[in-house]
Amino acid sequence: MDTIFAQATAMGRAGVSVVRVSGPLSHEICTQMVGSLPQPRATALRMVKGRDGSFIDQALIISFSGPESFTGEDVVELHLHGSIAIMRRVLEELGLFEGARLAEPGEFTRRALENGRLDLVQVEGLADLIEAETEAQRKQALRVLSGALGSKVDSWRMSLIRAAALLEATIDFADEDVPIDVSDEVLELLGGVEKELLTEIEGTKAAERIRTGFEVAIVGAPNVGKSTLLNRLSGREAAITSNIAGTTRDVIEVRMDLGGLAVTLLDTAGIRESTDEIETMGVELALRRAAQADLRVFLLEEGANPPFDPLNDDIMLKAKADITGASYPAVSGKSGSGVDQLLQNIEAVLEELASGAGLATHARHASAMKTARDCIIKTQELLKVGPDVYDISAAELHIGIRALEVLVGRIDAENLLDEIFASFCLGK
Amino acid sequence: MKHFDVIVIGGGHAGTDAAHASARMGASTALLTMSRDTIGVMSCNPAIGGLGKGHLVREIDALDGLMGRVADAAGIQFRLLNRRKGPAVQGPRTQADRNIYRRTMLSEIEAHPLIDIIEGEAIDFLVKGGRVGGVVMGSGESFTAGAVVLTTGTFLRGVIHIGDVQQPGGRMGDNPSQRLAERIDDLGLKLGRLKTGTPPRLDGRTINWQGLEMQPADDIPTLFSFMSKKAGARQISCGITHTNERTHDIIRENLERSAMYGGHIDGVGPRYCPSIEDKIVRFADKTSHQVFLEPEGLDDPTIYPNGISTSLPVEVQEEYVRSIVGLETVEILQPGYAIEYDYVDPRALSQTLELKAVDGLYLAGQINGTTGYEEAAAQGLVAGLNAALAVKEREPVIFSRTNSYIGVMVDDLTTRGVSEPYRMFTSRAEFRLSLRADNADQRLTGQGISLGCVSSKRAEVFMRKMDSLLECRNILERRTFTPKEAAAAGIAINQDGQRRTGFQLLSFQDVSFADMRSLNPELCGISDVIGEQISKDALYANYIKRQENDVALLRKDEGERIPLSFDYSVIDGLSNELKSKLIKARPENLSQASRIDGMTPAALTLVLAVIRKGKVKKTA
Repeated sequence: MDTIFAQATAMGRAGVSVVRVSGPLSHEICTQMVGSLPQPRATALRMVKGRDGSFIDQALIISFSGPESFTGEDVVELHLHGSIAIMRRVLEELGLFEGARLAEPGEFTRRALENGRLDLVQVEGLADLIEAETEAQRKQALRVLSGALGSKVDSWRMSLIRAAALLEATIDFADEDVPIDVSDEVLELLGGVEKELLTEIEGTKAAERIRTGFEVAIVGAPNVGKSTLLNRLSGREAAITSNIAGTTRDVIEVRMDLGGLAVTLLDTAGIRESTDEIETMGVELALRRAAQADLRVFLLEEGANPPFDPLNDDIMLKAKADITGASYPAVSGKSGSGVDQLLQNIEAVLEELASGAGLATHARHASAMKTARDCIIKTQELLKVGPDVYDISAAELHIGIRALEVLVGRIDAENLLDEIFASFCLGK
Repeated sequence: MKHFDVIVIGGGHAGTDAAHASARMGASTALLTMSRDTIGVMSCNPAIGGLGKGHLVREIDALDGLMGRVADAAGIQFRLLNRRKGPAVQGPRTQADRNIYRRTMLSEIEAHPLIDIIEGEAIDFLVKGGRVGGVVMGSGESFTAGAVVLTTGTFLRGVIHIGDVQQPGGRMGDNPSQRLAERIDDLGLKLGRLKTGTPPRLDGRTINWQGLEMQPADDIPTLFSFMSKKAGARQISCGITHTNERTHDIIRENLERSAMYGGHIDGVGPRYCPSIEDKIVRFADKTSHQVFLEPEGLDDPTIYPNGISTSLPVEVQEEYVRSIVGLETVEILQPGYAIEYDYVDPRALSQTLELKAVDGLYLAGQINGTTGYEEAAAQGLVAGLNAALAVKEREPVIFSRTNSYIGVMVDDLTTRGVSEPYRMFTSRAEFRLSLRADNADQRLTGQGISLGCVSSKRAEVFMRKMDSLLECRNILERRTFTPKEAAAAGIAINQDGQRRTGFQLLSFQDVSFADMRSLNPELCGISDVIGEQISKDALYANYIKRQENDVALLRKDEGERIPLSFDYSVIDGLSNELKSKLIKARPENLSQASRIDGMTPAALTLVLAVIRKGKVKKTA
């Protein structure tokens, strides 16, 4: 297997940049470059030398011995001064060694996955963590990376295997001293898993929103100051504003960090009947996006009705507070009146939504969990029919268990038999 | 020197079905046994079949093997296990008369013109160029052969334990195969040690049967063979009694005198067939265990007390047995004992049961770490067929996990090895709903016919049955019915207005074939037997459909052959740990590779990629 290396920190100038070397030759190669390596997991300051004997830089060295490293292989990290020239030279020198090459994107993580240091869900968590822009995203990704979902799925799987083992025992050991009807115990096990699955499935939407960002749409009639409000909220001139009604045609998106949550604000076309073909298309788009958004902020003139029915958490605002002088929920993008309260209000609603977030963060997780839950519900129905249909109940349950295996390792007959033998005295 | 196409060493359950399978394939076959009288002997409990095991017997029969029809002749208490549950998990089982079984098996073997029975001890192999090409006998005589099937059961370095007394033996009263064991050592195979036990045999005339619960045979016996019409022997009942606190006290007090607990035995025993000592230690809070009193034959007073196998000293056996209700004055005819024996790590075998490292030598039965007559016979069948095919230079026959319990077992053994004696269970078969005892012929007889191991008589019966099934299926599929029409015929289903075929209606849990007849009179011309079979096929149709994807995936993986010479060291990105596991296991296909402990999807993809690359290079 090749030894791979790459710059682990971002490209460009920095105080410190890290080069990571992983693979069977990593220790040998780095020893040649820095003289001697410190003990595994200890640090040492060393001069990094090129093949011609010239000094390249002074670096802090950390070495790891596989399998106790990120990739599970022997690893050395060179913490160098973050200069573009040093980086270029060090990578060049590493490339001169036989059996070493520049890593492909994601190759360190791939090796960690292949060597069993991370499971698939954790890899997704790691990718999310690196992508994280806000505090909530960071926390959530870290939770996934730490294997919280993996251990949760594992505990469900254990319960389901236990349930399947009970059924299998009545089938495979029918001529022995095992109970004939185990429906009650199996139902209890399934009930617990089903409930937890439901909670997690419901939490996926919020979790995915934390990952990808919440959408907040500003809606209202033309010329009530939606674009001005958007510009005020985002702190820049993101949308063109004028006093001509119907200035905004397209949907303007602005990304921002609101109390740690990633939020995309949407400014939409003012909603009215129009003969202008382009404006009509804009209105249709506005309605569609507003419906899909997680939260809608209605900006309404005094006495005006909302253009469509608001949902529960939606925020109703009065427009043009700079003219009416009214206090919140009246706001003005122009003067900034009520804007702080509005931000707090949006944040509170979104935090409420985010608090329901589960451990599963991707649609992939949700779909596997849904399949598993559907199978559990079907199994519950069959169990109520009784022991005569345990063959079908077991089949249904196995399909459910397999669905969870999309997220974790596989189960096989040996797991089942282990469970059976641990629980029953068999052998007539 | 006399030459045979195939030589089978051993005349137990593996040996007899191996020799017969080889002969059915047209290979001249020698069956070597220490004594003609031990052909078809049941060393342990006098029963054939059971859950998972009954499936194996049906599959052996579907390929025209012996075990099923011999058991039908010798069965004295036929019972269909799980009768109330679905057909997929029903297992035919019978008590068998030891003598009738042995006699019938012997006459089957003697009746085949291509089988020669040779008495004597095989002590060595003739090896030429790394290939086994014959057998040397204890008498000094030698036989050459194209292939050799070794089925030595528990005879390899067999040691019998009763309390702290040990004696070498392959079965009570028979010598072990010491010299052959040494020869096998020379082959450099990885050996392990297993143990199994038997209960004391009781004299039925000294049992007080009064007041014991009796378990009768089924009114209508469910036979093993698709060709059998009725049971060959009279049907009897078995008695049921229980151990009690006093029994347990006696055993607990003498535990250190048991061979297993006294530290005399190193072998690993099966968890599902524990000794009474094991049961009392492991399930200390149970105050009673069930004991079945199984007659060993119609004219034989010997009773096999199923559930109390032991390796305690004789006097303790006597004491605890007599503490059991009904056995107060019982006489022991033969004490219970534990037997320890060598087995070969079955991961050394390819799926034909030929050793990967030694061409021409096939292993079948307990020598591969399995337990049970049925498991042994099924392996014998696989080894016998493949030995004959190899001699005739034909393609080997490989059974798949998707078409048979035989395939499941061979795959489990050759990929995972064993950590305790391997027994078949229905839960080992992931496609249990389609691999049923009732459709073993539909799954395998066709394959057997094209192989050439099925008699013309069975082939004819089978073809007729398949025609009838097809006709019935066509009638069922031809017409569709509205829920209203169905209701008019007394079939209550959801009034959703959806039209369904007869077959779809039949797949509902509570719709019977009789219901279908009143809906579609065309079905009145179909026999009850065929109707019943179609109903079983229909019952699981929806689940089988959902599994089709999994079946296809597995078949595809099984189809991705990995050459035995495949070089794992060149695979970039494969961890050293997995590499060494793969090199050790040498999986024959991708499906086997996927079941190696610790295998990851990513690693599997890498292996597949390299196989594919190799193929491209070859064709380019």
